[in-house]
Amino acid sequence: MRWGEIIRRLVLVPPTLFGVAVIVFVLLRVVPGDPIAMMVPPGASEADIGRLRALYGLDQPILQQFASWLGQVSSGDFGRSISVRQSVSDLLLMRLPATIELTLLATLIALLIGVLAALTGILTRGRPAEWAVDGGIGALLAIPDFLWALILLLLFGVLIPLLPISGRIDPQIDIGFHSNFYLIESLLTGRFGVAFALLHHMILPALALALPFAAIVARLLKASLVEAEDQDYAQIARARGYTQSAILLNEVFPNALIPTVALGGVQVTLLLGGTVLVERIFSYEGIGNMAIDAVINRDFPLIQGLVLTFAVMFIALNLLVDLVVTLLDPRLRHG
Amino acid sequence: MMSSLSRRSVLQLAGGAATLPLASGLPGGDAVHAATPGTLTIAYNVNLPSFDPTVGLSAVNPTIQSIYQSVFDPYIGQAPDLSFKPGLLTKWGWNEDRSKITLELRKGATWHDGAPVTSEDVVWSLQRAADPKGGNPIQFVWSKVGNYKIDGNTISGDVLEFEPTLFKWMAFLTGYVLPKAYYEKVGAEGFEKAPIGSGPYRVDAFERNAFLRLKAHPGYWGGKPAFETVVFKFITDPTSRVAEMESGGSDLTFEIPYEEFDRLKAKPGLAGETKPVSDIAMIFLTDVDPMLDRNVRLAANHAIDKKAIVDRLLKGYGVPISTLEAPGYAAFDPSIKVTFDPELAKNLLAKSGYTTEKPVKFTIQTTRGFKPKDYEMIQAIVGMWRKVGIDANIEVYEIAQHFELRARHALAPAAFYNWGNAIGDPSTSTGFAMFGPSPHCAWKGKDLVERIGPLWGEKDEAKRIAGYNAVDKYIAEEGEVIPLFQYVQPIIYKKGLTVVAQSNGMILPQLIKPA
Repeated sequence: MRWGEIIRRLVLVPPTLFGVAVIVFVLLRVVPGDPIAMMVPPGASEADIGRLRALYGLDQPILQQFASWLGQVSSGDFGRSISVRQSVSDLLLMRLPATIELTLLATLIALLIGVLAALTGILTRGRPAEWAVDGGIGALLAIPDFLWALILLLLFGVLIPLLPISGRIDPQIDIGFHSNFYLIESLLTGRFGVAFALLHHMILPALALALPFAAIVARLLKASLVEAEDQDYAQIARARGYTQSAILLNEVFPNALIPTVALGGVQVTLLLGGTVLVERIFSYEGIGNMAIDAVINRDFPLIQGLVLTFAVMFIALNLLVDLVVTLLDPRLRHG
Repeated sequence: MMSSLSRRSVLQLAGGAATLPLASGLPGGDAVHAATPGTLTIAYNVNLPSFDPTVGLSAVNPTIQSIYQSVFDPYIGQAPDLSFKPGLLTKWGWNEDRSKITLELRKGATWHDGAPVTSEDVVWSLQRAADPKGGNPIQFVWSKVGNYKIDGNTISGDVLEFEPTLFKWMAFLTGYVLPKAYYEKVGAEGFEKAPIGSGPYRVDAFERNAFLRLKAHPGYWGGKPAFETVVFKFITDPTSRVAEMESGGSDLTFEIPYEEFDRLKAKPGLAGETKPVSDIAMIFLTDVDPMLDRNVRLAANHAIDKKAIVDRLLKGYGVPISTLEAPGYAAFDPSIKVTFDPELAKNLLAKSGYTTEKPVKFTIQTTRGFKPKDYEMIQAIVGMWRKVGIDANIEVYEIAQHFELRARHALAPAAFYNWGNAIGDPSTSTGFAMFGPSPHCAWKGKDLVERIGPLWGEKDEAKRIAGYNAVDKYIAEEGEVIPLFQYVQPIIYKKGLTVVAQSNGMILPQLIKPA
């Protein structure tokens, strides 16, 4: 039964995260690159280096460091960032909402473009318009998100400078938010001007993330629609004289949605992974951008916190997709 | 090995993509838009990790110092040519036998909250910096003076161990005065959230990884800066910085590829300036085989055409050097020359039994994309070496690996690096780079330990500089390091601004004015 499967996977979450924690912790200490070596200026002696190492707890044996870190993590404390000198948990809570909002907006745009493209393709089957849609889907899919980022940056930032190309909000605007979900908060509190300013900044990075994902949605949905169109219920509706559009929207589309959500939903994790480079290119202040700085600075506590956060998000997304598919598909819902 | 979709490859693609507007001749290629009136917006190349300029990793990152010096005052100021000038301290110096220091605090300086800057603030800042538990990475310098006494605006202290560069450090890394009363009231976390300094600008808004907005400090002792508002936009990707300038989103940027610099400065509405800065490209030689052979070392030096590298790879933006002292540094000696002489290189190698058919082999390590054209430069050098009988294998490493390997004395026989020296003192270039006991040194030979060792405590400044001149000459004759060139910083800004480029590489908004 599908519900049983979801419960089984929920039970597996803690050991999975533990495994991720072990791997990232050990890898960081095995791979060359030492945050203290990067910190010491000319003139520091071995004793000075040792003093700094002790200050950041890096002089302890790896097992002891791991045990101590794990103890902290279990109580929700990811330690203190070496480069930023703030609590990793606070930093994640500050930056994660920016990435979540960007991912949600990108997903929304991708679904909109993907569904429209798939429906257009089906409604124009066998005609040149379908070839154009298929060609467009192929082009969107062929270009990765970071290249879309550069193309959009040049197109709408330089050639036709319509949209801002850096940051999350205009530096001249006084923000005064109570949460770090700026867009959601501004929409909920009716500050539509601020919401517009935020969207103005988010649209290019969101579009860069959305375009390849939109192509995946379009391709999956179109294939599912083609398959569903040949099913008995579609044939019967056709025999009863329903219009093509009515059959498509009322009979075919809901059934085609299930495999699209099942397969396309998993692709959202790729979209999330894409935020690392796209956020960097647009200087967007999410956790992806922060991850690059953390790696450059060999900020062990921050990298560990970020990897665990990404892992939790990936697991949660996969579970969410399974849940949605279970809700959509009566066969799964009723065993 | 590099992944095909690494960040570097993205940035390389980005670099190519950024040239599209010009290459394509599209109309938008000429678009440069107006600046926001009264506001100076700088597209800045690094993020600001932390506000405390005296503790942690960011405190020793030279690139962040421009921001710190906008908000905080260093003890001693530094002029654009690396010379020193009064800052919060108007006078400073040693006594006759170098056993005491005396500092004179400027009268009338105020913190951003309006409180006066006091001698207690200065002493507290110095003592905090010297505390081994405080986390100041330069603690080993600050701890050499103690037992401070205050008499009005005059501060004296006992020299616990003579450090000739003490006052130079007061103008650079971690050499900032912080507000004692405010810091003790709000604590470290509180200070990070709402920092105050005595510098020309106060913090108005900060969005981590996005921007820092500053407002002019009306009570600044150096006069109110020209721009009321300064925005540092943190745009770490060079292509995005170029695009920011083209889109009109920023008024000034720097650290962009030289090709882009040439392209942008030719655009209407933009101007460009270059300045040699206190940062050099060099190749560390490690005292392992085959670098223990003097002929190999000297051949490796003489086979490199530094001018050709600067001209062809860096579009002429670089100054070839023969020692670790660049022009403008205190111990720069133009009479020391290491010539490009491939025939001499061949002869030297022949003496050790190496020819182009039977070359000497070793590994050279380099970063790729950390500095402009670093990998391409090493490729060119390896090509030059091949012509004289050196077969070098290139190994790419990350800068973090370089630091670790250098500290463990485990670098390859040759390793490319860039060495910054914003205070221009020979001890912070030749000294630490070539003195065996230093963890930053790759050449651990006793010859240099004996020559540099006595200079650390030399109290006669003229003798100390002359001593380093002699060491630099000896190193050049022995070929124990390969200095390549001094970097040049490209700055692009909107026409209508007057920008003062600094030799230490800082971009200080307080020195930028409307023309």
